[in-house]
Amino acid sequence: MKILVCISNVPDTTSKITFTDNNTAFNTAGIQYIINPYDEIALAKAVELAGNGQGAITVIHVGEASADPTIRKALAIGADNAIRIDARPRDAWFVANQIASYAKTQGFDLILTGRESIDYNGSLVQGYIAELLGIPSISIAKKLDIDGTSATVEREIEGGKEVVQIPLPAVVGTAEGVAEPKIPNMRGIMSARSKPLEVIAAVDVPALSHITHFDTPPPRGNVKLVDKDNVTQLVELLHSEAKVI
Amino acid sequence: MAILVYIENIAGAFKKSGYEAVSYAKAIGDATGQPVTALSIGKVDAASLENIGRYGVNKVIEVNTEQLHQFVNQAYAAVIAEVAKSIQATTIILSNSFSGKGLAPRIAAKLDAALADGAIILPIIKGDAWEIKKSAFSGKAIATQELTAPVKVIALTPNTIEAVEAPTTVEIETFQPQVAAADLSTVVKDIVQATDKIPLPEANIVVSAGRGLKGPENWGIIEELANVLGAATACSKPVSDAGWRPHEEHVGQTGLAVSPNLYIAIGISGAIQHLAGVSSSKTIVVINNDPEAPFFKVADYGIVGDAFDIVPKLIDAFKAYKNH
Repeated sequence: MKILVCISNVPDTTSKITFTDNNTAFNTAGIQYIINPYDEIALAKAVELAGNGQGAITVIHVGEASADPTIRKALAIGADNAIRIDARPRDAWFVANQIASYAKTQGFDLILTGRESIDYNGSLVQGYIAELLGIPSISIAKKLDIDGTSATVEREIEGGKEVVQIPLPAVVGTAEGVAEPKIPNMRGIMSARSKPLEVIAAVDVPALSHITHFDTPPPRGNVKLVDKDNVTQLVELLHSEAKVI
Repeated sequence: MAILVYIENIAGAFKKSGYEAVSYAKAIGDATGQPVTALSIGKVDAASLENIGRYGVNKVIEVNTEQLHQFVNQAYAAVIAEVAKSIQATTIILSNSFSGKGLAPRIAAKLDAALADGAIILPIIKGDAWEIKKSAFSGKAIATQELTAPVKVIALTPNTIEAVEAPTTVEIETFQPQVAAADLSTVVKDIVQATDKIPLPEANIVVSAGRGLKGPENWGIIEELANVLGAATACSKPVSDAGWRPHEEHVGQTGLAVSPNLYIAIGISGAIQHLAGVSSSKTIVVINNDPEAPFFKVADYGIVGDAFDIVPKLIDAFKAYKNH
């Protein structure tokens, strides 16, 4: 089984998010980067399915050389080789085109992404890749089982879940429940240094939209404290002041 | 030039977020002078289809082909793109629901369209370029995106735009799509739907609890409070990681982002990752026995005290409010 895992390089979840250049660019100063947490789930699932020589796992990242430590960590967790498409990851459409362009000749059985990246929260890359390759996809998988030539997936729907069967190859966006993220062991870390990381030039993709600027959400006013022995006051405030009940 | 809005159903019932999308499309239609057509795919009864007229859209295209009675994102995206072309729609609106997230990129790719995913306000129209705002960095920022391509797909975040009633009569037209066999390879085996529960992404009120509850056996008071308020239940990451509550209840940066009118956080300290997922809630109430809990800094109302003491009192107070 040949698996492609798509990795995003995102700010650590504890990062304070600020912007520079008149709020047009994310301020990367002092930011620690990590593998997108949902992509770690995808990678852990790939290791379950294809680790220990039962298959081959390629990780792919669209980004600049500064992301190489994140890619090496993915190799330490258990991927066999890595591809970096050398370009600034402009948006999901750009990234998906790069990945699809690489994947279309490689014969992957399964392409995994996280359900979304925690920076732009798009959930778009997997749908775009699947459409560009003309194969089925599941956007938010809670459980994933592979049975030879097909996958059985539990996908989230509002207020419940749907169990679907899709033929392979397919693209699946993984969420919590699919696998437990794996921590690299010492052997993995040592071997990651010598695993192949190939850098490929990007293909041209016309821009259809762009981010013009960022704002930070307006701060809330000071908290109004209600005495614990007078909870009725909270009910009154929610009704007459906040007008939410 | 026309606008197409896809209104999603689950088991034949349109969702609240679908009506929000219809109302949003109508507002764009009014602002740009374009006709709006709604599209329903699947098995939906006539009364429900006519109900779309409550939100001001007077033309509905119904696709009720048997092979499309269950949701297959490849086929649905193909049908939406085909209908969009047939009515020369240059704007396609849908809900950024769980299914919508799978559809939107496929539709956009088919139509060479610019895609705004997770829009939170109406677009600002500057000639051919439209500006939309959406949440970014898991609620820690708001991004402004300019859509420059001639065809635009906008996926609207549920619960951010209120569906405005503007009743009109509806003309229903049936459409027979050309569905390729390759687009129908996904087979739905089972749907498990908790009909008595309010879906978390659509809930107006959310009651959420954290490790302060001490164990899964103590969730009775949380569920009762949610029940009294007609609210959905949610939880923090440590709680779902510990298996006290299912993953789909996990709200936060690596879980679900929600934007209800009222978010009540009980026994949750307010780690930055949790706050990211709830910061767009309109009103936040925090109940915590630690007055230094960071959650109080972003709350509108707070009670310092023991959840096991306060929540039962709150249940009684809300019951009394409902009954008076």
